[in-house]
Amino acid sequence: MLNDFVIRFANVNGTGSASANDMFAKAIFRMGIPVSPKNIFPSNIQGLPTWYEVRVSEKGYLGRREGVDIMVSVNPQSMPKDIANVKSGGYFIYDSTKELYKDFIRDDIHYLGIPMMQMCMDKFADPRQRQLLKNMIYVGALSALLNIEIEVLQGIIQQKFKGKEKLVTANYEAMEMGRQFAFEHFTCPFAEFRVERRDLVKDWIMMDGNSACGLGAVYAGATVLSWYPITPSTSLADAFGKYAKKYRIDPETGQNNFAIVQAEDELAAIGMVIGANWNGARSFTATSGPGVSLMSEFLGLAYFAEIPTVLVDVQRGGPSTGMPTRTQQSDLLIAAYASHGDTKQVLLFPSTPAECFSMMGVAFDLAERLQTPVLVMTDLDLGMNENMSPPLKWDHSKPYDRGKVFNAEQLEQMTERFGRYLDVDGDGIPYRTIPGTHPTKGSFFTRGTSRDEYAVYTEEGPAYVRNMDRLVKKWETAKQYVPGPELYQQEKQSAFGMLFFGTTTYAANEARDLLTEQGITLDCMRVKAFPFSQEVQQFIDNHQRVFIVEQNRDAQFKSLIINELGANPAKLTSILNYDGFPITADVIRQKIFEQLVGKLKPPFAEHVPGEPSESEVSE
Amino acid sequence: MTFVRPVFRHPEAPKNALGYTKKFYEGALSTLCAGCGHDSVSGAIIQACFEMAVEPHKVAKLSGIGCSSKTPTYFLANSHGFNSVHGRMPSVATGAYLANRDLMYIGVSGDGDSASIGMGQFVHAIRRNLNITYIIMNNGCYGLTKGQDSATADFGSINKSGAANLYQAIDMVGLALELGATFVARSFSGDKDQLIPLIKAGMSHPGFALIDVVSPCVTFNNNVGSTKSYDYTREHIEATAAVDFVPIMEEITTEYAEGDTVAVQLHDGSTIHLNKLSPDFNPRDRHSAVNKLYHAKASGEILTGLIFIEPETRDLHSLLNTTTQPLNTLEKGVLCPGQQALDSINAALR
Repeated sequence: MLNDFVIRFANVNGTGSASANDMFAKAIFRMGIPVSPKNIFPSNIQGLPTWYEVRVSEKGYLGRREGVDIMVSVNPQSMPKDIANVKSGGYFIYDSTKELYKDFIRDDIHYLGIPMMQMCMDKFADPRQRQLLKNMIYVGALSALLNIEIEVLQGIIQQKFKGKEKLVTANYEAMEMGRQFAFEHFTCPFAEFRVERRDLVKDWIMMDGNSACGLGAVYAGATVLSWYPITPSTSLADAFGKYAKKYRIDPETGQNNFAIVQAEDELAAIGMVIGANWNGARSFTATSGPGVSLMSEFLGLAYFAEIPTVLVDVQRGGPSTGMPTRTQQSDLLIAAYASHGDTKQVLLFPSTPAECFSMMGVAFDLAERLQTPVLVMTDLDLGMNENMSPPLKWDHSKPYDRGKVFNAEQLEQMTERFGRYLDVDGDGIPYRTIPGTHPTKGSFFTRGTSRDEYAVYTEEGPAYVRNMDRLVKKWETAKQYVPGPELYQQEKQSAFGMLFFGTTTYAANEARDLLTEQGITLDCMRVKAFPFSQEVQQFIDNHQRVFIVEQNRDAQFKSLIINELGANPAKLTSILNYDGFPITADVIRQKIFEQLVGKLKPPFAEHVPGEPSESEVSE
Repeated sequence: MTFVRPVFRHPEAPKNALGYTKKFYEGALSTLCAGCGHDSVSGAIIQACFEMAVEPHKVAKLSGIGCSSKTPTYFLANSHGFNSVHGRMPSVATGAYLANRDLMYIGVSGDGDSASIGMGQFVHAIRRNLNITYIIMNNGCYGLTKGQDSATADFGSINKSGAANLYQAIDMVGLALELGATFVARSFSGDKDQLIPLIKAGMSHPGFALIDVVSPCVTFNNNVGSTKSYDYTREHIEATAAVDFVPIMEEITTEYAEGDTVAVQLHDGSTIHLNKLSPDFNPRDRHSAVNKLYHAKASGEILTGLIFIEPETRDLHSLLNTTTQPLNTLEKGVLCPGQQALDSINAALR
């Protein structure tokens, strides 16, 4: 299909394929056509199979789509599986330096052999170059087969290797070899799958969510990062470091206006974050599920002692070590109620890099306004893939919201006794002071033990209850401050609703379109934060039945909805996906269709039912 | 519990250089057992801060969990305090120090807090040369949970229930020396003459200053057979030197006998005078310190005093090349790169 196909690259990790594959996706993006590339990689550094999948979609659907139209295979290890994954009628492009084993031949797909390794051996002398440039040979061949503008690819190479002319030349040569080989040996371009310039990406960018979060933290004024390496959040800490080095080194002294410490473990990482925030610096950490487990005790302290804390959880497959290089949304419950005792934590759910960027600002403002931890819940899919996204936007007119902090003058004027945990304003949020502010006023003892309004240790039941109840009041206040949900239509149109959040957004919206084509109308809402605001409650109340799309086994988001909003579980139906791959629109469509119409009529497109009446709804 | 503290203060109680009396450095009434060694350590901290004329609000006092970690409530009422999580004070202190390098940090921990649950954080704070005076109130047992042996209890030491400890003890001083700590001292809660100057010297040291203080638990580990009791400690103490601390700018009036005295100039200009009791020992030589420690251990003695010091040292901020201005004072204008930078970032991502 013109501007509508899925291509997958089967590589060996550690061979430099990522860079060539990125160039491929970027070239299509620069031709104005929406692309959605996804890395499917192993928890390994060198030698294991790794895949890179690019969906090209004229309609702008950025979710994953099942089925591979074109497979580019340079990894013999995974070849049988890769061949099996090609859709009937699709193409299998492979390195034909060695002859294809005859058992691998399927008669319903096309085979295009390119002797990539041989071509590299003949052309380049350096062994590392031979390996790296092999990838550029298939990029060149694809430019011919898919009709990618060669000038665009050349532009990307020039930009990437700026100042390294030798590399530019070598990459050009490798690409040209592949391109010429394709022209000479195959009919170019493909009749079914090719690209044609459009103007559909407008001012959008391509960025991974981790970089966007790291940059967002720089813009949000974070000065202290403490972290412990863990996939898939490591590149977030790296990005903060990279941008901080670029924008935060004092030009006169050469000194850093930031501090980054790689901690000895996640416990220490969050401990440092809490210590720094307690002392008035904006500080954050980035981690993934296993790290959140380890940080839970400290998150309880920050909740109870009311210390601003920002944590980004780039979720991966759990439980335990789980699937470290696969995506999931399965840390919702542990994050929402992190730590023992009665705790509730504020969560944010970005779904694009632009939101990762801006929500870091929201997270710090909320953390300081509410004096509590804020967990930014992204995932591997958003964090580690180059996602197409609206451009990054920052509201420069807005000052940082540092929350209720008494300064030296305010303390000096104060005639009454300072009460760290006094609810002065009736919103449950007390005033705090930063160490070192005033010689005789405002000092207090921060502790994880129960205390009264003046931060004095107490084991008195009533004082403890007053404090716990104030924390609930603060939680209610938080609902006014957190970002509200996004509704995808002006008015209620259907008896059925679909709720989703984070990275299921693309697939959910596509599924909604597909279902509309089949005559099933769905109202959609994307939730951006926990605690849930009033609109979420209304949305559930207003619909007869609500589908909740999420990427975990236990319907954790649904549990939160039931638990926090008292929603009737009978009207909530989960659409779950938890195999580690991003959910597809087709899965959502299929499951909702089955629920509303029944399993009887595959394939779906043949039968277009009207909006089903209640009696047609199957449970 | 120490129920009574006299309210009366002498009207002409001496004042320090800032014009404060010692009372200004006190804290809330202690709720520890009467006679607890920890209260003496708190008293020594108060005395040291008073004599050093530090501004209490420019001190942050942090602790973990346990009897020892309760003590920051009992000194420096005008300082911010943080009673954090069991064994995790070093990380909280590290974060606090990163945020504001201009405050003085006093960390208080215990043997359970630092040698068991918090061993990892203790070790890594030393590696980073965090600028803190880190005091371990070491009584060899878990007081708050009624007397279980801790990891610093000596092999064979008999606890209150009569059982001998089966396991090898962790020596926090030996460990710190091994890890490259730049200020390592040990003292005894019952020896204020030694402890107070050591705390003062620790506070002047621009890096990690460990003071491991044997501080007997009167309730659970002061019995015959315990190697952390008052009696045992008094009988087996071996001091490296008599310690005197002379702050910067202060005229030295004491006469020090030539030959026996080592004067160590600290980074900020202060001086520690060590009236050496042992001629074969050099506190600026890590090898000599380790040697001395092992010798004392072999002969069943508890080595106290300033055991090792490396006055010129690079602390965490120096290692990270952080700005000299406290990070928590930087304004948005300095921190936020602005729209022009964002425009070029967006452009580069297209």
